[in-house]
Amino acid sequence: MAAPAQNHVWVGTETGILKGINLVKKQAANYTEVSSLDRSQEISVMCYGDPQECEVLLGCRDGTVRVFNTEKSKFTEFHECRGGEGLFRGLGVLDNALVTCVESGLLKVWKEGSNENLEVQVGAAVEKMRLCDTQRHKVGTGGKENDLKIWDLQRPEEPIFRAKNVRNDWLDLRVPVWIRDLDFIPESDKIVTCTSHHQVRIYDPSSTQKRPVLEVLFGEDPLTALSITPDGRSVVVGNSHGHMGVIDLRKGRLMCALKGNAGSVRSIQCHKSMPVVASCGLDRFMRLHSLNDKKLLHKVYLKSRLNCLLLTSRDKWEDEELIPAEAEDVKDEEKDEVWNNMDTIVDKTSSKRRKEAQEPSVVAESTENDKKKKKKKKSV
Amino acid sequence: MAAGRSSGAAESKKRKKSKSPEEGSDVAGGSGGGEPPVFFPPSFSVSEIKNKQRRHFMFMKLKMEKRKRQILRNHADDSVKKRIIVYGNALAKLALKKKLKKEREALGDKAPPKPVPKTIENQRVYDETTVDPADEEVAYDEATDDFAPYFNRKTTPKILITTSDRPRGRTVRFTEQLSSIIPNSQVYYRRGLALKKIIPQCIGRDYTDLIVINEDRKIANGLILSHLPNGPTAHFKMSNVRLRKEIKRKGKEPTEHKPEVILNNFTTRLGHSIGRMFASLYPHDPQFTGRQVATFHNQRDYIFFRYHRYIFRSEKKVGIQELGPRFTLKLRSLQKGTFDSKYGEYEWVHKRHEMDSNRRKFHL
Repeated sequence: MAAPAQNHVWVGTETGILKGINLVKKQAANYTEVSSLDRSQEISVMCYGDPQECEVLLGCRDGTVRVFNTEKSKFTEFHECRGGEGLFRGLGVLDNALVTCVESGLLKVWKEGSNENLEVQVGAAVEKMRLCDTQRHKVGTGGKENDLKIWDLQRPEEPIFRAKNVRNDWLDLRVPVWIRDLDFIPESDKIVTCTSHHQVRIYDPSSTQKRPVLEVLFGEDPLTALSITPDGRSVVVGNSHGHMGVIDLRKGRLMCALKGNAGSVRSIQCHKSMPVVASCGLDRFMRLHSLNDKKLLHKVYLKSRLNCLLLTSRDKWEDEELIPAEAEDVKDEEKDEVWNNMDTIVDKTSSKRRKEAQEPSVVAESTENDKKKKKKKKSV
Repeated sequence: MAAGRSSGAAESKKRKKSKSPEEGSDVAGGSGGGEPPVFFPPSFSVSEIKNKQRRHFMFMKLKMEKRKRQILRNHADDSVKKRIIVYGNALAKLALKKKLKKEREALGDKAPPKPVPKTIENQRVYDETTVDPADEEVAYDEATDDFAPYFNRKTTPKILITTSDRPRGRTVRFTEQLSSIIPNSQVYYRRGLALKKIIPQCIGRDYTDLIVINEDRKIANGLILSHLPNGPTAHFKMSNVRLRKEIKRKGKEPTEHKPEVILNNFTTRLGHSIGRMFASLYPHDPQFTGRQVATFHNQRDYIFFRYHRYIFRSEKKVGIQELGPRFTLKLRSLQKGTFDSKYGEYEWVHKRHEMDSNRRKFHL
């Protein structure tokens, strides 16, 4: 198991198993031994430990954060992150420090090698805590009767933004608050939340308005997860009945529905650049939809109920197909030979393909990738 | 008046009489083949006939002619041909079958194996969630799920049966009969209480399951089965409820022995969950002296419930006697946690338009 795991999707399950899925090879593997499991290892949150995505952090039910190294394909570290009560509702990394948030509302920053951990009370019954991707010290929290707050971890005394509940309804009754998921819109200050009362709301901290600037209703069932699409113009939401939809953030219109889910959606993530979205949930399937034509690209049965997932931010998955195979072949040899070997192997594969293809028309239709190889061959 | 009526009856009889020979001739014309086939002008098609009945009749006739010609062409055997001419199609088929049988008998052991008939079940689309008994992960998942305390013999089932508010006669009788075949179960009148208020009380009194029968216009049409204290909750559509009184050739009232349970064809992961749910309704260690058995048979996603008493008449013969009640269930949804239709998370919801696009795809 020393080979680096070239997986596109990492999934954390209710049984405590970490699963990796390679979508190109169509393989799924368990990275936790089934024999050593117990229910306290249930993975409730996941995040990448570094921008290169070499480390995957898992927040478990028993209050530990496990670090999984994808290059060594094994668990390397265990952090005891106890404090507060309930499951982890958010996990993040901020300059080599772990940021965790539990259900009871205790947000903690665990600095490595020091006992002075920053503690922030963000209010009870937290459902979600998320770090902003661009400004890492910015954190959003929300939960049941705990409206959206944005915190600056450099000045944690007071939230920098505290949302105000919407106006009373037409019967002059208070509208209940129950945020289930939130995300920061890239390249702006805005934040999207989804609620158990099937609302999708956009807040704009840069304006003076503390109430949502846009509210959209989706379906009739509690929304459980959301993710912003790569262009930042729309958001994918999923609900407890397994309905998923793409909602335009500018007009607040439903663009399309993504079909296939049979049970509650627990986690959704869009790719950083490609128009694909991965989702998983209680029906034990991981699904990958295309955002362009809303088609189901992949559907993988993973045997356990799935809680959370991470999608790689790498591009061009098809190109990766060759690289790991080559790497395995030439592991022990010296660097110069490595390069030599690589070229020859590429030649072999391309020549094989040509043999298979035989007809020139098929070769002409082949992808850019092949063309590059041909150029290489000519140069050699 | 009386005379008029009798005359009317007589007329109708006459009409019948006068009609019957016509019909007879029609039949003879259609199947006997003695008469020349119907001729139409060259550009004629059956669809041009305006009268629907007539059109249908002509169409069937044409079809029959065509079929007959085919058979005549295919069978060189004169005896078969003769039969077709004399008796028509159906009998010809029978003759063909007989002939095949004779051939098989003549070949004896060398005869090719009979082709297996295609059914929807054996043409079932493969389901990737089908549980492999050797699978460690699924075994672990099942060993630690909400039913594990029952299967580890830490809890004994105690069941509360209730109905929707203000049940009518039939549903009341049904709940009584249901409680007579589920050991350690009590029927309670709903008294207009909300399920969410009932459930904490049930948990407080150590009930392990809650069954709610829903009724619409005096007909029981739904069943909610909720495992306590932490769920899951299954919602079924119920149909074809037959009470004990309405079953023909039923046995005497069931005794209070713990019955055996048969669960058939619960193969997928979802099916396993549902099967475990039904299994946990009945106590462990059935009393075999009672000779009673409860069956949950899944076929094409419909779950058939039957309750029988059996007897071993001899070493080979077994007699069974249905005791009732019987009903059919179809799974609508499986929800995680106890009953919460608004904010509950569903593990599986039946979506008709998405899921039922293939007739050979089953979920249980």
